[in-house]
Amino acid sequence: MARPVTPADSRSRLPLRARAACVCASLALALSAATPAIAFAESAEAPGFAAARRAMLDQIRATAEFTGAEVGRSSIAPEVMEVMGRVPRHRFVPDKLLEVAYVNRPLPIGHGQTISQPYIVALMTELLEVDRGDRILEVGTGSAYQAAVLAELVAEVYTMEIIEPLAQAARARLEELGYANVEVSAADGYYGWPEHAPFDGIIVTAAASHIPPPLVEQLKPGGRMVIPVGARFAVQHLLVVHKRADGEVQVRQVLPVRFVPLTGGHD
Amino acid sequence: MIGVSRVLVPVALVSAGALAYEILLTRLFSIIQWHHFAYMVISLALLGFGASGSFLTLAGPRLCLRFRAAFTSNALLFAAAAPLCFAAAERVPFNSLEIAWDPFQFLWLSAVYLLLMLPFFFAANCIGLSLMRYPDALARTYAFDLGGAACGCFLALALLYLPEPSATVVVVALTGLIAAALAALASARARLLASGAAIAAGIVAAITVPPGLEISEFKALAQALRVPGAEVTDVRSSPLGLLTAVESRRVPVREAQGLSIVAPVAVPEQVAVFHDADGPIPIVRVEPGAAPPDYLDWTTTALPYHLARPREVLVLGAGGGADVLLALARGAEHVVAVELNAQLVDLVRTTYGDFSGGVYDHPRVEVVVADARGYVEDTARRFDLIQIANLDAGGASAAGLHALDEGYLLTVEALGAYLSRLAPGGMLAITRWVKLPPRDGIKLFATAVAALEALGVHDSEQRLAWVRGWSTSTLVIKNGVIDAREVRALGDFCASRGFDVAYHHDMRREQANRRNILASPYFFDAAMALIGPGRETYLARYKFDVAPATDDRPYFSNFFKWQHLPEALRLRAHGGVGLLELGYVVLIAALVQAVVLGAVLILLPLAWRSGRSAALGGGPAVSWRPWRIVGYFVCVGLAFLFIEIAFIQMFVRFLHHPVYAVAVVLASFLLFAALGSRAVAAPALASPRAHHLAIPCIAIAALSIASIELLPALFEHAARFAQVWRVALAVLVIAPLAFFMGMPFALGLRALESEAPARIPWAWGINGCASVVSAVLATVLAVQLGFAAVVATAAVLYLAAMAIGWGGTTRARVLAAGTAS
Repeated sequence: MARPVTPADSRSRLPLRARAACVCASLALALSAATPAIAFAESAEAPGFAAARRAMLDQIRATAEFTGAEVGRSSIAPEVMEVMGRVPRHRFVPDKLLEVAYVNRPLPIGHGQTISQPYIVALMTELLEVDRGDRILEVGTGSAYQAAVLAELVAEVYTMEIIEPLAQAARARLEELGYANVEVSAADGYYGWPEHAPFDGIIVTAAASHIPPPLVEQLKPGGRMVIPVGARFAVQHLLVVHKRADGEVQVRQVLPVRFVPLTGGHD
Repeated sequence: MIGVSRVLVPVALVSAGALAYEILLTRLFSIIQWHHFAYMVISLALLGFGASGSFLTLAGPRLCLRFRAAFTSNALLFAAAAPLCFAAAERVPFNSLEIAWDPFQFLWLSAVYLLLMLPFFFAANCIGLSLMRYPDALARTYAFDLGGAACGCFLALALLYLPEPSATVVVVALTGLIAAALAALASARARLLASGAAIAAGIVAAITVPPGLEISEFKALAQALRVPGAEVTDVRSSPLGLLTAVESRRVPVREAQGLSIVAPVAVPEQVAVFHDADGPIPIVRVEPGAAPPDYLDWTTTALPYHLARPREVLVLGAGGGADVLLALARGAEHVVAVELNAQLVDLVRTTYGDFSGGVYDHPRVEVVVADARGYVEDTARRFDLIQIANLDAGGASAAGLHALDEGYLLTVEALGAYLSRLAPGGMLAITRWVKLPPRDGIKLFATAVAALEALGVHDSEQRLAWVRGWSTSTLVIKNGVIDAREVRALGDFCASRGFDVAYHHDMRREQANRRNILASPYFFDAAMALIGPGRETYLARYKFDVAPATDDRPYFSNFFKWQHLPEALRLRAHGGVGLLELGYVVLIAALVQAVVLGAVLILLPLAWRSGRSAALGGGPAVSWRPWRIVGYFVCVGLAFLFIEIAFIQMFVRFLHHPVYAVAVVLASFLLFAALGSRAVAAPALASPRAHHLAIPCIAIAALSIASIELLPALFEHAARFAQVWRVALAVLVIAPLAFFMGMPFALGLRALESEAPARIPWAWGINGCASVVSAVLATVLAVQLGFAAVVATAAVLYLAAMAIGWGGTTRARVLAAGTAS
């Protein structure tokens, strides 16, 4: 059982020689196995993780306060925070990254995919403005962490993942953790999931050159769609598509960071 | 015991192999990672040579006693290390995207650096040992070394046509194998047989090498191939890049940058073409006899077609032909499609000729294979619309991975050239990604304003129109005033597509930021500041570098400001990673490790040896005191690479691609600098006088400053020359400068030779270390200050070296006179 660490990342305190040794060892490992299989944590909850999760919540809270002006709200709703403090994120990251599972950063999960930074997950959930009875569609399941967070907040979650092994792993993981209100489909999310449409909210985490028009159609009037834009590991902004009650669509581009365009000055 | 004539050809072979390897690495790393590795590769090759210098200082004399074995084993080690170290480096889990998150990435980067240094270390040992073993044949050995290196540049260019890029490093290894065979075997027959066997083995290895590069799993090609049913259908390779065509039957390719969220049209079937594993560039299916699809009418790119009805259209960077289809669909009478990569044009024409409905053979389309800017500078035609496609891959652009791509397509001078080819009332339209916080759109606007001003236009604020969607923005610059009818059309275009008007001269702030809502109307505010008197203040105070790109500082995609770095790092965990320009961060990391590794691998061994014999600081009183040696060789080492790197990047414009520039400029500098150092090998210069130093240093300063002044004009006037003439001209321009640049280092060594020979290894080491740092530092300075500043700094450094050396040579004569009396 690896000892969990606080988000302050105690790794940086490792003596340099030990880290160099680590690098050499991992290098040898990487060379011997060209494509190392990524195993996921199956460990039961340990007290250390709960502490790490609390520290993660502090990080999210601080960041939310910090970026309030850009995001348009200075805190994440208590229900969302409560769920963030409950979902065992370490069960959604590869084994070898267990120690940094609760660090406020995105992590690679294999297949060229990532699990988003906790703060971004919280923010996207917040921007979706969900209600208890909602039916949510997610395109791009990945590790299923976001789906699990949503599943604790709404009635039904439908999540689609195009990469088969990821979809299978997600399905197994959600089942094991007891999420009965999430359905995973190993399919292309471009056309949404017409059988369950319309949706109160849609989250699209799969990269796309444009917003698939079928997804806009499957959004209920009054519903919201949230899409992170940018490269892997570097969310640039969040797109919030709001379909108003009259059917008109409005887009907000939310920077997840405090941005003051001009420095210093005399104003 | 073997004669020198036996090692000349092996030396040339190893030298060719090492240089070819260096050039291939810049290309291969552009494919598996991103372009910003190119300048790191030059630095690590120099590190290999520097480390070898220090190694031979310690072990050389002993190895020379068993010269044949030492040479052979180093040649074999080079042959083995070239493919193996690359394969190993590919598997180092370095991920530039994670560099902002994970301090470990810096160690992985160093691991890549050290691994790839090894082949250069072994190759340098072969050359260095030969020079040590046959001191009397120094000139001939040196000539073969440099001749081989120059050949290596062209070997690399030829190898880049191999369809399987990973096989190129195996072929490079052959040079080492043959060199080893030639050096090791006594009988001519055995040498012939062994060489034959080596070639055969190499060919077998090249064929059986597991195909495919270990492309970063986060690059677009790797991501596309994860989709079930996606398969590679065609691969084309050339020095211009690796093209990979991917068809996906189960999940169609749907590339439509910034398609309107309310678009009522479906994206037609496409084939995705990846360039260096990035992209994709779509080839669009056109049914035989059907009208061209006009889904792109629902992107910001279509704006100019709604303001006017252009008949003569020029598409720059035609790629797979999507923008050409838009022009046809919108009724253009004649479309000139300029595309640099002939293989891409051929792919669209042949493999996908039917699929694309023969778009490039359409009667209204004229395809020109040429560099976009070169074509525009050369043509006498006038166009109603010049359209520049959005060429960067979206994700990589978002993360700032293109920060170091030198691009001469979007500079003040380039925009000026496009604008001067517009018919009256014609328009230049440029589409970019919307990067947030806003960067490249604003830089484009600033560049356009500067270009209009440079042309003497006084009503530039009335000639610009700017729209943005959620992911792209399009700027239109009209050759004339944008009238009321066009303003209305602009409004209608945006309203029907859910786009925002970012700027036109008749708009109020309330009209901005209505449909894709940002916290503040950043784009409109930027435009107002840039056309108004507050421009300089705005540019100085904006968080990103959005000052116009120029030919002197052609880094359109770099927005990094040092003042902003602490804030970006602090905010990184607070959602601010999008504020960092990753390409630049990697460059800074490379600079730091160049300093550290240069010191450890080059200077430390010498320090260790000095501890046992003549220390740099000790010894008898001589004119070349330690500070003088350090100062002189640091100046010379830094300055040489400053000029070389600046020239490589400047000549990208003239030779149309970084890989051509690297090959031609590197080969020219090698060759003529070698001739220069030969020229000062005369016995009369055994203890050089002050004026011997002064002449080359002053000549270099004068020639380099003159180059900065005259090259832009030359580039413009010779743009229409065929590639071979442009290469010849490049060599001719570099020759005299490089010739003089070969002298100061050699003269410094000769001065030491006569009075402090024990310090020569230090001179080599210090110079090597300065070169390693300089290769990266030159790019850092070029991005911040421009090429003129880099070259001017180099000129000053040469003059400083002259001043330092002057004192040394003068003192030497005083001392010598004192000893004589």
